[in-house]
Amino acid sequence: MIGVENIIFLIVAALGIGLFVWQIRKIRKNVLMGRDVELADNPSERINKTLLVAFGQQKMFKRMLPAVLHLFVYVGFIVINIEVLEILIDGIFGTHRVLGFVGPLYSGLMALNEILAALVIIACAIFLWRRNVTKVPRLAAGVEMRAWPKMDANIILVIEIVLMLALFVFNIADMKRVMLAGEEVVGAYPISQMFVNVFGDNPGQLYIIAKVGWWFHILGILAFMNYLPSSKHFHIIMAFPNVYYSKLVPKGKMTTNPAITHEIKAMLDPGYQPPAPEVDADGNPVMQRFGAKDVEDLTWKQLMDSYTCTECGRCTSVCPANITGKLLSPRKIVMDTRDRMEEKGEHPAIFAPNHYKEMGVERVETTDEKTLLRGYITPEELWACTSCNACVEACPVNIDQLSTIMDLRRYLVLEESAAPASLNAMFTNIENNGAPWAFPASDRFNWADELYLPSKN
Amino acid sequence: MEENKKLIKVPTMAEMAANGQEPEVLFWVGCAGSFDDRYKRVTRAFVQILEHVGVKYAVLGTEESCTGDPAKRAGNEFLFQMQALTNIEVLNGYNIKTIVTACPHCFNTIKNEYPDLGGNYEVIHHSTFLQQLINEGRVKIQGGGEFKGKRITYHDSCYLGRANDIYEAPRDVLAALDADLVEMKRSRANGLCCGAGGAQMFKEAEPGRKEVNIERTEEALATLGNGDGVIATACPFCMVMMNDGVKNKEQEQNVKVFDIAELIAQAEGLTK
Repeated sequence: MIGVENIIFLIVAALGIGLFVWQIRKIRKNVLMGRDVELADNPSERINKTLLVAFGQQKMFKRMLPAVLHLFVYVGFIVINIEVLEILIDGIFGTHRVLGFVGPLYSGLMALNEILAALVIIACAIFLWRRNVTKVPRLAAGVEMRAWPKMDANIILVIEIVLMLALFVFNIADMKRVMLAGEEVVGAYPISQMFVNVFGDNPGQLYIIAKVGWWFHILGILAFMNYLPSSKHFHIIMAFPNVYYSKLVPKGKMTTNPAITHEIKAMLDPGYQPPAPEVDADGNPVMQRFGAKDVEDLTWKQLMDSYTCTECGRCTSVCPANITGKLLSPRKIVMDTRDRMEEKGEHPAIFAPNHYKEMGVERVETTDEKTLLRGYITPEELWACTSCNACVEACPVNIDQLSTIMDLRRYLVLEESAAPASLNAMFTNIENNGAPWAFPASDRFNWADELYLPSKN
Repeated sequence: MEENKKLIKVPTMAEMAANGQEPEVLFWVGCAGSFDDRYKRVTRAFVQILEHVGVKYAVLGTEESCTGDPAKRAGNEFLFQMQALTNIEVLNGYNIKTIVTACPHCFNTIKNEYPDLGGNYEVIHHSTFLQQLINEGRVKIQGGGEFKGKRITYHDSCYLGRANDIYEAPRDVLAALDADLVEMKRSRANGLCCGAGGAQMFKEAEPGRKEVNIERTEEALATLGNGDGVIATACPFCMVMMNDGVKNKEQEQNVKVFDIAELIAQAEGLTK
């Protein structure tokens, strides 16, 4: 039964999967540019969180309509993959609907598949409408929503619709051909049933249409898979590890830099022996920046965040700074990190990102510095953050936008002393008076003067 | 006629330690609670409640210093750690085990960030502390007090809410007032920041269309039905921002901003 067609299919599938693996390796390399951080603690809590937030889509349901539509596409993606598996087996071994032997279960699965495929088409059409016609602000506006992110979103939605249509073309033509041949139809196809006559009743023609639908669907999937690493759609893979490795401690807790602790302890106590500094392969001490200037100063988790971002803009739409017209957009911080990482490290096969300057985005006054700070993200954006955690709370895939903002701020202050003047004044007050305001420390207890309690008698 | 009232002598840790005593809780006052004229009234109201229910408490007095929160959020990790390590030395020197504070920023910093630097304490925000006093029947507010039926909306502090998942304690405290509690559209986990966090309190805002506190105040005023009412806060920075917002909207005659401790102290008749 295995013919030339099967061999061609095998080669194409192997090439598609091979190219995908090659791209994943590049992404892995990029993420590993980041600083190491230990995030493997409490596996059971992490698994629970992954089940709820990633598999269960818990945080999506803060907004009902997109959550339900997204659920259709998500469940559709998972269930339809079972048919894709069958397609792979059929393609390699020249079989026809090889999973058909499971009988009624197969019928149920194929019927569910068809219903989901129809829902995916409807959901994607509504998504296209929201992006391009009603122009939902969080999807359509913002300096970071340059030409490419907008096109990327539309490409994804169109491809998904086309893939589902190809599946229907195959199902319809295949069903009609089998019926004409007087054979038993394997599986149930409630949607295709309705359109069973659209391709006429010429068996030869139907055979070709079914073949074209089948090939289009599987080639489309292989191509789409290889598009993912260049796209925001990569979240369908990264959402799971990203939620798994997300923060378990209260959101208000920010990281403590132990190198600074040793320095201060040595200052306060001359007898304090700080641990020996880390050395690289040549025995030279590893110089670590305080805070982050570029992508390698961020942790691998912060870099992973940027590959997980699907640019939905929920973070930006709840950001108090952004709502009131400041330049800061948490989504931009995450997207910039990915762009810079791919500029500095590897970039996937298809697209290289374009820069704000090339896009004529004037409000973001980046410089020519080849660093994340200033080359992409400006101090003006960083200083607008209120550290309120609204972005972190809003993110359906547990990206920690705030940690990146804070690390960039730390670099500005600790390495460049480039805080706004009023903040420097606040630092001086804390140093001199133990309070952010210029009041003498000796007045700290004056509030307790002349304080009374009514007597009960 | 002289009113019947008793002068409160606020006990300091130094005195307690000299007498070989330990308090049940250390009241960490915070910089705003010590220096900001408006927030000093909150500190005083909270102390009146502590005295009224007979909690054995103490303060550090002039030995207290900034937790380092604004420095840390502004990126100055070095100054933060200097403050933290110094404070931890003082706190550990007094063998402090439990801390209560009326500032969510102090609360968050001491509770979450001091342990990495050797400071391990049970830290309670005053909203949770008041909630416990009410639950235990130590604060009764018979008949709801003077806020009965009054329209009150609670503004969530980011460092209490999202940062530490404390949403119900302040609301439970307000429920004891038997008031007409109304929620803003953006509340609890979706609450909108007052605009002061992340060291914004100490600098001018970046260029934009609007100040964050105006956006939030407008929402609060609309929720109160643009009539009389109270915006309840549980954070010194939120209080400043909401007060400024109400003034900016020229509503200070109709709408008052109070901390939950002030509301309880007033309703309990402690501030007369």
